[in-house]
Parts: sequence; structure tokens; C-alpha cells
Amino acid sequence: MLDVTVSSTAPTVRAPANDEPLLVAENLGKSYGRLAACRDVSFELYSGEVLAIVGESGSGKSTLLQMLSGQLTPGTGSVSYRMRDGVTRNLAEMGEAERRFLFRTDWGFVHQDPAMGLRMAVSAGANVGERLMAVGQNHYGKIRDTATSWLERVEISADRIDDAPRTYSGGMRQRLQIARNLVTEPRLVFMDEPTGGLDVSVQARLLDMMRTLVSELGLSAIVVTHDLAVARLLSHRVMVMQGGRVIETGLTDQVLDDPREPYTQLLVSSILPA
Amino acid sequence: MNAPTYNFAYLDEQTKRMIRRAILKAIAIPGYQVPFASREMPMPYGWGTGGVQVTAAILGPVDKLKVIDQGSDDTTNAISIRKFFEKTAGVAVTTNTNDATVIQTRHRIPEATLQAHQVLVYQVPIPEPLRFLEPRETETRRMHALGEYGLIHVKLYEDIARFGHIATAYAYPVKVNARYVMDPSPTPKFDNPKMNNSAALQLFGAGREKRIYAIPPYTSVVSLDFEDHPFEPYKHKACCALCNAEDSYLDEIVTDNKGSRMFVCSDTDYCETRQSQGHRGSENAAPYAESANA
Ligand SMILES: Nc1ncnc2c1ncn2[C@@H]1O[C@H](COP(=O)(O)OP(=O)(O)OP(=O)(O)O)[C@@H](O)[C@H]1O
Ligand SMILES: [Mg+2]
Ligand SMILES: [Zn+2]
Repeated sequence: MLDVTVSSTAPTVRAPANDEPLLVAENLGKSYGRLAACRDVSFELYSGEVLAIVGESGSGKSTLLQMLSGQLTPGTGSVSYRMRDGVTRNLAEMGEAERRFLFRTDWGFVHQDPAMGLRMAVSAGANVGERLMAVGQNHYGKIRDTATSWLERVEISADRIDDAPRTYSGGMRQRLQIARNLVTEPRLVFMDEPTGGLDVSVQARLLDMMRTLVSELGLSAIVVTHDLAVARLLSHRVMVMQGGRVIETGLTDQVLDDPREPYTQLLVSSILPA
Repeated sequence: MNAPTYNFAYLDEQTKRMIRRAILKAIAIPGYQVPFASREMPMPYGWGTGGVQVTAAILGPVDKLKVIDQGSDDTTNAISIRKFFEKTAGVAVTTNTNDATVIQTRHRIPEATLQAHQVLVYQVPIPEPLRFLEPRETETRRMHALGEYGLIHVKLYEDIARFGHIATAYAYPVKVNARYVMDPSPTPKFDNPKMNNSAALQLFGAGREKRIYAIPPYTSVVSLDFEDHPFEPYKHKACCALCNAEDSYLDEIVTDNKGSRMFVCSDTDYCETRQSQGHRGSENAAPYAESANA
């Protein structure tokens, strides 16, 4: 458990470059047979904002994140995103090629399991360089230089650049996954339990690094976590899910310090030490 | 007992039509891997059943067939495939590159420039250039469909990071007609430039993986690389010990049990043709050269 009494507030929101939201979810829903894994979720995410999605296991957090990031077709509702050219587009109306391009350029996706987000048998340098090569960068020396500086930025020593992530510790793998995603300077990063399964001290270091990167780069992020300490440290706003629905939403400090819903009160009291 | 009777070139006409349809589609979409219903052939997969099926489907009674393995007409594999078609199709066979109308090969492209009336059929073990890094077939298919080829450069990147240069010497990936990335399969990269803009039709058959792909005549074939690590066709520092060729792909041959070695052309027809034209290498000096030194 992280010591959240050391009050560290989330990075300040930068003034949005545009007062249009960056991402809009409308009435998102997904059922598996008779099970409504996620229903009727609507919200707006603004540029520079970090939103945490919290809730117990099975509450539909990952299902929602998959729909938001275009990896799962929504059963109901839609997701729109303001592209780099300023035009807001409905994801469902984009072609697959365009959506995949968006996914590996202007977006990032950090998985809980680094093996899902990394190529474990390929060197760290190539892991970071892959997105650059995918968008047509064709100069080995420049790709390697960019990879080196990103490794340093996520506190991985440059002399590990030719090692495969399977030789890395859990925390290093997660930092490498972040570097691999950020190399194309995405504006929006999705994370599903990015600190899950890591030792507490390793978690703390990772969270600290993520906070710094988010504020330095002015990133927007949607972070799924069942750890309220993670939400506290990283996010401006929190959405609480239960049984596939959003039951409470608001500014992080407000929701965590003064929860309205009984379920949220339970969640907060069972996880945060009194 | 009656000798078994075969249809011309072993395969029945319906199977051949099916394979020809796959070939036509492959020609229409250069570099694209067309699935086909690969048949059991009376030889193991490692013997080039994909190439054999393609050859069987395109062979006509007037064709002249040449079969090479590692550039040589005389290896067991080459001899048995040649005999197979002699027996089942009764076609004329040759070792002379210029005389052949259909050439089936494993590993090499002949040194003699191929002509418009010729077809080169490659036996391919692994057709998928992305397989090395992405084992999921559904994903590699999608990458081809969307032209997402960053992964190929990841492989080349790894080579440079590990060896300081692009060390891939065989199965060096190419982009065909500025669209599909293709694996020339075990062909040495020395031969890659010969694929580009060739007058001959090039067909690739993978039996075990059930794929056919093609490079139509006069199609661009570009070997992938980095700006600062451009593709370099392999160049031997030696010349052929038998025919003195400087421009051919050489095999290293151990000549005695003391470990003496020499380099000779891997393309035996090319080497023999040059020797018959009077070219002599260091191990094959003509008597008049010796007497001239005496
Ligand atoms: N592909 C699927 N097929 C059937 N049911 C699914 C599928 N994916 C998720 N579910 C169900 O939907 C519900 C929500 O799952 P989801 O993975 O979104 O929860 P979660 O909040 O991410 O949980 P956790 O914290 O354990 O990761 C669960 O009951 C789950 O069993
Ligand atoms: Mg989940
Ligand atoms: Zn020679």
C-alpha cells in the first residue's frame, strides 16, 4: 500500500489548446450474453486531463477502456476523438487502417502485463524504435538516438539499449513500455492497471515518473486502476464503476475525501487506511 | 503388374486448374501470398513440394525443364525432381540456363540473365517475412493488408544493433511493386538485385504453408534497408578457382582432408559455360599458361 497521506496532488491541468473536448464517450455499453459488462457510460475528457476509472474486479473498467481505445467495438454508443488536425471524428466511422495508425501515433496503451505491450525477444532499442519505423523513419542512427534519450527519460540506463526486456525487472519493463508508447509524442495515453503486480517501492517510483511525464508533456490519460492511491496520485478526475455502470464521478480529491455514494465510501474505507 | 499411370505432370487437371488460378491471382497482385490447397506429393515437404506443384501446373509438353538446388543441377534434390518430371510429363530437360523455359530452383537465381520466355519457380519453405517477429497469422495478414511494415525494419534494426550491419544474408526482405513486402526465401541476398525488373516471370510455391506468390516480368523489387545502412549485395573477395569469374556467387569447397579450400561458382552451368569458353581459374590453369611460364 502506498502512503497517500503524503499529500501529492495530481499535476496541474494545462489550459486546453482548444475548448473542445479531446475525447467524448456517449452511452457506451457492451454486453456478453446476458451480462452487461458496461452500460450507458458518457463523459468528456479534456486536453491535459487525467481521468482515473476505479472499481472492484469485474466492474467493467477494462471493457470500457477497450471501447474507448477502439480495440473493442461498442455494443451501444460511440466514441469521438479530436484528431491532431482539430477535427473531431467518430471512431466507428474511421477505417481500420486509420484507427490503427491513430493507435500507434497519437495514442498510447500501457498494459498491466508488459508482455502484452512489449516485444519481449527484441532489444529495448527496437521496442522503442518500432513506432518510429512504423511511421516511416528510415535512419538507424537517428532512431537509436531517439530511443536512447527515451530510455534515459524513463530512467533506464542507455547501456541496456541492446538487451531484450525479458532480461529486465518488472518495473523496468513497465518503464520501457511507457517509453515505447511515448516516442511518437501521443496526446492521449490509456493505461490498464499500469502498476498492478509490482512491489510497493517499485510502484511508487513508477507513479512518480508517470506524474512527471504527464505534466512535462501535457499528456491526457485515462487510467484504469483498482488502487485508489494510484488514482489519487495521478488523476484530476475519478469515475467510480460498479456492475458496469458509472455510479459516481468528480474531482479526485472530492470523490476520495468525501464520497457521496455508499459503494464509494466502502471502496475508500476498505482501501485507504483511516 | 501394371506400372502406375499418371496424368501429365502427375497432378490431375482439376488440381492444376486450381493451382493456375492461384498463380494468376498471384501475378495480378505482385508479392501477395495467395493461399492454395496444397496437395500431398510423392516426396517430403523439405524437397520443395510447393515448387513442384507450381511447376506441374505450368508445364506443357514443349517445355524444357532445368532444376537446380544451391545453384547445382547435380544434387540429389535437383536430380530427383528433374527425373520426376521426365517420368511423369516426359518433358525435355536441360542443365543449360539459356535453353530452359522453366527453371525450378532452391536457393539460387542463375547467373545468366533470364529472358522473357522463361519462368523461374522457387521452392519456398517459409513464405511469411513477418513470421520471425509476429507469430500470429491473423495479425501478419492484417499487416500486409494495411501495409504496416514497421516490423520488418525492427528485424533489420536488430541486425545492426547486434552485428553493426545488416547481417541478414539469406531470405533478405524485399518490397514488390512498391506494395507488398515479400520473403525471397532461402535465396542469398546476392541474388536480390536479379529479381528486380527481370524479364522472366518469377513464381514462388510454399507446399507446407500452402502459399503461392509471384513477381510478374518487369516489376520493381527493392531490398529494404536504412538510409544510413543501405542494402549491399554480398560480394565475395575471391574469384572462382575454376573459371575465374568475379561476378558470381561462390561456394567454399574443401578439397582434401587437410582442410584446403577453394571458392567455385555455385551456379555449375555458368561455371562450365565459362570454362568451355576458355576462362581458367587458379585451380584449373591451362597447359599453355604453364608452358608460358616455363
Ligand atoms: N470477452 C468476454 N466475454 C465474456 N465476458 C466478459 C468478457 N470480457 C469481460 N467479461 C465480463 O465482463 C465483466 C467486466 O469485465 P472487465 O474485464 O471489464 O472488468 P474489470 O473491471 O476490468 O475487472 P478487473 O479489475 O478484474 O480487471 C466481468 O464480469 C467479465 O467477466
Ligand atoms: Mg481489468
Ligand atoms: Zn566458376
